Amino acid sequence: MSEPPGLTVAAPEAPPADKPSKPLTAQRVLPLRRPGRWIATAVVLILVAQFVHGLTTNPFYQWDRFGYWFLRPNILDGLLITLEVAAYSAVLGLLGGILLALARLSKSPVLRAVSWTYVWALRSIPLIVVLLFLYNFSALYKTLSVGVPFGPAFFSFDESKLATDMAVAVIGLSLNEAAYAAEVVRGGILSVDQGQHEAAAALGLPKTYQFTRIVFPQALRSITPNYVNQLIGLIKSTSLVFYVSLLDLFGTAQSMGSTYPGDIVPLLLVATVWYLILTSVVSVIQFYVERYFARGATRSLPPTPLQKLRTGLTDLRARIRREAAV
Amino acid sequence: MTAKTLDEPLADVEPATVEVHDVHKWYGAHRVLNGIDLTVRPGEVTVILGPSGSGKSTLLRVINHLEKPEIGHVSVNGELIGVKRQGDRLKELSERAILTQRGRIGFVFQNFNLFPHLTVLDNVAAAPVATGRLGRAEAQELARELLVRVGLADKTGAYPRQLSGGQQQRVAIARALALRPGVILFDEPTSALDPELVGEVLAVIRDLATSGTTLVIVTHEIGFAREIADRVVFIDGGKIVEQGPPSEVLDKPQHERTRDFLSKVL
Repeated sequence: MSEPPGLTVAAPEAPPADKPSKPLTAQRVLPLRRPGRWIATAVVLILVAQFVHGLTTNPFYQWDRFGYWFLRPNILDGLLITLEVAAYSAVLGLLGGILLALARLSKSPVLRAVSWTYVWALRSIPLIVVLLFLYNFSALYKTLSVGVPFGPAFFSFDESKLATDMAVAVIGLSLNEAAYAAEVVRGGILSVDQGQHEAAAALGLPKTYQFTRIVFPQALRSITPNYVNQLIGLIKSTSLVFYVSLLDLFGTAQSMGSTYPGDIVPLLLVATVWYLILTSVVSVIQFYVERYFARGATRSLPPTPLQKLRTGLTDLRARIRREAAV
Repeated sequence: MTAKTLDEPLADVEPATVEVHDVHKWYGAHRVLNGIDLTVRPGEVTVILGPSGSGKSTLLRVINHLEKPEIGHVSVNGELIGVKRQGDRLKELSERAILTQRGRIGFVFQNFNLFPHLTVLDNVAAAPVATGRLGRAEAQELARELLVRVGLADKTGAYPRQLSGGQQQRVAIARALALRPGVILFDEPTSALDPELVGEVLAVIRDLATSGTTLVIVTHEIGFAREIADRVVFIDGGKIVEQGPPSEVLDKPQHERTRDFLSKVL
């Protein structure tokens, strides 16, 4: 880029008569040069290039075997199990979390204590331990019955029929998820301004309406990013259900790996890429959910990627035109 | 700017009587209200003045039971608020019953407290729908009518944060009016506004005053109090120091404390 004529004041004495200096107000400010930033960028680009080069050319990754496994029916069956476990646990965990959060915020000391203890216990026990406990549950309790404690039972189940591997996995993950979701939901509810509770009460809105239509929708704005974070953790935690003999995505890759020991690395890559895809989908959904709950919270909605691209292009065009004009 | 239609009384609403009887209220060890007796007659405009911390806002919040008095009681149109008589004692009402009572008392907050995630129209229509008094379509019709009355007919689809403070407070007044209240309580309705926006909110309140609704207003706008109040009540230390028409309390205050306060704010 050439310097605008007015700024070449290298000559200390009077400027050449044929090049009159523009008045200062008409001159464009030159952006500061940042060589450090350029060097850092170059270094990072080299490192990235090396990484990509290794990933594509190292025969150890066996990309042809990756292609072979990526859409195999048994891998897709495993993916389906992962999706099912994650979806059920996400919904049940969130519902449990909402109940626990409400209990924690209630005026009853018993409800508060029970909720606190639950969260404390489930956050302390490793998920794998919870899952293995549940897996062995039918050995501890042969039948489950609903009734008065120490009194008569109203009805009971044969536990071994209820406890399918899927049920064990979903219950285990939901119990764990609920404990974390409870804190996320509680934080969201606390973030709603006290004035909103007061206004709802002053208008005489019924209690459930106050929560479902006034407080909770506003809480969801801060619940969403935190819960999605939780959700991504949950999707990865589903890989543990392999230990309660459920063949999820990771479990399938693992067991195929022991059948075809030469393919362990491509199989792990297959699992990795599928987990990346799942997380990406969740992130995209998160963007639009957050945008939806931002209604009214900001004066104008944050732009979608497409809108960003469009304004970016417009800005670029305007800048090029400006540069050309100088 | 604000529609003259506010002069028309709100069709089916009779202005209410408010009676406050020997109300005491503590926050912990601090006594905020120390035996308040006050009667507001139907259609009367009462302005409550007093230094900060004197208990003005608490008194207003006791009237619609946002705060429970420890001693004493409040009644609107003869109906006890938040409590019921059982023999010679007072018993707390159920939350649901209190909410129903609040639905007949309008309250306008200093900070508007509009629901930011709902449009202006939904803010105003929410209470009649939620309490089951009106269907959705009727409530929106009423809301539109009220927004015309406060001069915001073109803002029905906007969200509260897209409005100026004065506009937000006018929406809040429309939201209170949607309850068809017999009395409206104003808690420093212009204190959070830029000086240039105060006028548009006071104009709406002035219109309500002339329409014959019972109003109880906590404010620091002495000029406005002199103009619209039927009665000015001066409170200090949780007690009523003196009350009467503005020509007496504001122009010829009897008590040293009132004179002192007025000399500082005028």
